[in-house]
Amino acid sequence: MILSWQKGGILLGLVFFSAVLLVKPIGVSTQFVIFDGILWNAVSSEVVVKSDTAKSGYKSTNPYLNKSGGKYAKSVAEPFNYSFIFVLAMLAGAALSANLRGGISKEERAMPPVWRNNFGDDSNKRYLAAFLAGFVVLYGARLAGGCTSGHMMSGIMQTALSGYIFTAGAFLAGIPLALMLFKKEG
Amino acid sequence: MTTIILAIVIGAAFGFTLDRVGATNPNYIIRMLNLSDLHLMKTILLAIGVASFLMFGGQFFGVVDAGNMSVKSAHLGVFVGGLLLGAGFAVSGFCPGTGLTAAATGRKDAMVFVVGGLVGAAAYMLSYATVAATGALENIAGGKVTLGKIAETKYPALVDSISGELIGIVLAAIFVVIAVYLPSRLRLGRSAT
Repeated sequence: MILSWQKGGILLGLVFFSAVLLVKPIGVSTQFVIFDGILWNAVSSEVVVKSDTAKSGYKSTNPYLNKSGGKYAKSVAEPFNYSFIFVLAMLAGAALSANLRGGISKEERAMPPVWRNNFGDDSNKRYLAAFLAGFVVLYGARLAGGCTSGHMMSGIMQTALSGYIFTAGAFLAGIPLALMLFKKEG
Repeated sequence: MTTIILAIVIGAAFGFTLDRVGATNPNYIIRMLNLSDLHLMKTILLAIGVASFLMFGGQFFGVVDAGNMSVKSAHLGVFVGGLLLGAGFAVSGFCPGTGLTAAATGRKDAMVFVVGGLVGAAAYMLSYATVAATGALENIAGGKVTLGKIAETKYPALVDSISGELIGIVLAAIFVVIAVYLPSRLRLGRSAT
């Protein structure tokens, strides 16, 4: 059983508040780029190099990693930083919670019931959709400069205009599409 | 080192909580978006209200440092990116954070989502220069802008004459009220459980 919305909402709110109180607002999607950069730099070490002229001390041949004074290039070169460790710890926290509540059944691991009821049992079909969705979601999140946690939750809690713009876009696309795709409720 | 300890503690608490509120389960996300079960929407609205109330309330009384705030730029890409994320969110039931945490709980579709996400993020890295050249990333309405002026921050405000902290507190209260009164479903017909 999941938490009631009252308990869950207060708990989640306290986590977002603690992050801003102690360090900075929560954000996740940047770390996909940092992980990509780490992999890329591992196979081709000239992608990120030290630089005395860059603000961060690092520069990259990739314009995205090189932007804002090489901020992302630095995170690629030095992954032992707050935001990257935060995401690793997030994975551990979720895994621990799932374990404590008894884990997830084999059937559930492939796809959720709402998918099964609308599109059938074929797990390859679900995986193909999930792969393409992952591509679109992360491309969109990077284009937007943040995702559900960074823009929607952290952005709106700070009264950021960008948070409202992002949220409008996400629900304007998400709700009609879900209504079309998932006619059987679940 | 302190920041690394904070990363571990807050990150783990975030992941644990995402799982406990049901956000690592794509069924709850899809059913939120097809309006058949708004449980998660109520949770999210309350969470934003609670976090915002504590932050602005704390700033108002001088016990929370506004310097930790970090406001992102508003530009056309934010809206287009939001549309793309929303579409993928609906198809899969995952966003970047919940996809990762769902994968960590053992969901295979989430692991595939994360791989797709890494490829999508790489595609953005490679197309960034082209995207930037279109002007889609140029600031609108002042860029890193908040609704009201927040003391001790550098962010410009949409409305300069009203206290940003006050707007934040009022909106926080509105989010809580919406969370309370939002029905648990907005779809006609019988409730499927």
